[in-house]
Amino acid sequence: MRLRYSDVTPSTLYLSRRELMAGALALAAVGGDAASTTAAAPAPAGAALPATPNPAYRVDDAPTKFEAASTYNNFYEFGVNKEDPSRLGHTLKPRPWHVQVDGLVARPKTFDVEEILKLAPLEERIYLLRCVEAWSMVIPWIGYPLSALLKQAQPRPGAKYVEFTTLKDPEQFPAQKPTFFGLGSLDWPYTEGLRLDEAMHPLTLLTVGMYGHVLPNQNGAPLRVVIPWKYGFKSAKSLVRIRLTDTEPKTAWNKAAPQEYGFYSNVNPNVDHPRWSQGTERRIGEFRRRKTLMFNGYADQVASLYTGMDLKKNY
Amino acid sequence: MTARGRAALKTAVWLVALVPLAHLVWGWWTDDLTVNPIEYVTRQLGETAIRLLLATLALTPIRLLFGVSWPITLRRLLGLFAFFYVTLHFAVWIVLDHFFDWRTMGDDIAKRPWITVGVTAFLLLVPLAATSTTGMIKRLGGATWRRLHQLIYVAGVLGVLHYIWLAKKVLVQPWVYAVLLATLLGIRAWATARKLSARWIVLGSRG
Repeated sequence: MRLRYSDVTPSTLYLSRRELMAGALALAAVGGDAASTTAAAPAPAGAALPATPNPAYRVDDAPTKFEAASTYNNFYEFGVNKEDPSRLGHTLKPRPWHVQVDGLVARPKTFDVEEILKLAPLEERIYLLRCVEAWSMVIPWIGYPLSALLKQAQPRPGAKYVEFTTLKDPEQFPAQKPTFFGLGSLDWPYTEGLRLDEAMHPLTLLTVGMYGHVLPNQNGAPLRVVIPWKYGFKSAKSLVRIRLTDTEPKTAWNKAAPQEYGFYSNVNPNVDHPRWSQGTERRIGEFRRRKTLMFNGYADQVASLYTGMDLKKNY
Repeated sequence: MTARGRAALKTAVWLVALVPLAHLVWGWWTDDLTVNPIEYVTRQLGETAIRLLLATLALTPIRLLFGVSWPITLRRLLGLFAFFYVTLHFAVWIVLDHFFDWRTMGDDIAKRPWITVGVTAFLLLVPLAATSTTGMIKRLGGATWRRLHQLIYVAGVLGVLHYIWLAKKVLVQPWVYAVLLATLLGIRAWATARKLSARWIVLGSRG
């Protein structure tokens, strides 16, 4: 018998929303810590995906409930509301799927996603996820370092950046259909980017699963990147192309609102979003706000990437 | 309209205006307020407040355009419900969102224009709610009372501005409210301008 994620995760780690609200009221009354009680965790619906837990990448906080991580999503290809991706996710067909790796590489190649899955051993890593909207989650991802794929492609000396492109197909992503004067829409396809050293960093995870299972469509199936020290929108989903370039790639949110979303978008409590503070965040499942940590708590590992840079200017 | 018709109409407004609150209470009871309940509740209360504010502001234009004046009898009730939802919206921000962290909230009010205008809109509505009783209308006198209650136009504009500034630029909803508000205020402006010009013509003919 194969273990389910819910079998191996202590149920005390999970908190239902009812209990959360009850905890909130209790907290309001006594000012103590939110009460945690038992509740069964619903199991992910997708196929199980075996992976070896990597103890080097864990966090002390309890993982967010799978139900929350798979129903509260920003994935504008499905719509602007948080519930749109889980409601409409079935329109995406994650197989067959191909990913083009090209640009400034010695060995450009179009991979079948099945090949990607076997390129390196799959590990489970528990990462913090901090959304630019000041909420956060703790998610057990499955994947391997993006560097494993990039090394295969062999970046050429001139390569300085990596551009990620999400699938553009209005049949599979209903919100990509043309809208009235482009209202309520980003410039498709969604593109994101990293500096090559950021992309090669061991924390940058090429991700194919979460919670012991393959990625749900609403979380970016069949493969995405996860960059835990940057705001969530940097972690592009449902990738069809990974291109190495010598110029800084244009990124979707930067094009939509350049003064609000910079190329770097590192989690930084000291640099406010123009419209709200980034100093605190609400962890999904908790009542009180938490203090946001520099580089989302990964400063020890990534701060050296930005030595000498003005992070206020390079937001 | 008969007294009985008015009572039925007011009962209907009570029921309709309480639906959004009932929806939230039901959502709390059945554990269905999304996984980020505080954000969800704040947004629902704010959106309901704007809708009710626009409904309040729509009654006079309806009279001006269609010559039906009975909806005006609902103005106080709708306005008070708008204030009720704005107050809940504000209270959730203070208690649930920031848990009485006055310093952070003070910083936000000072630094973030969308919060500044939101709080201002709420403060402008307070005297209107406080003087909504028939006794207060009498005590202030009709003219003064009417002038004071023109603050609702300012509150409406600030409320919509609050929504536009807080939302991501790609969202359509805030702009829908902006267009509705501009239409409602535009109809009033047009009617006022016509009245004024008619007065000028009368004055002019007197020579």
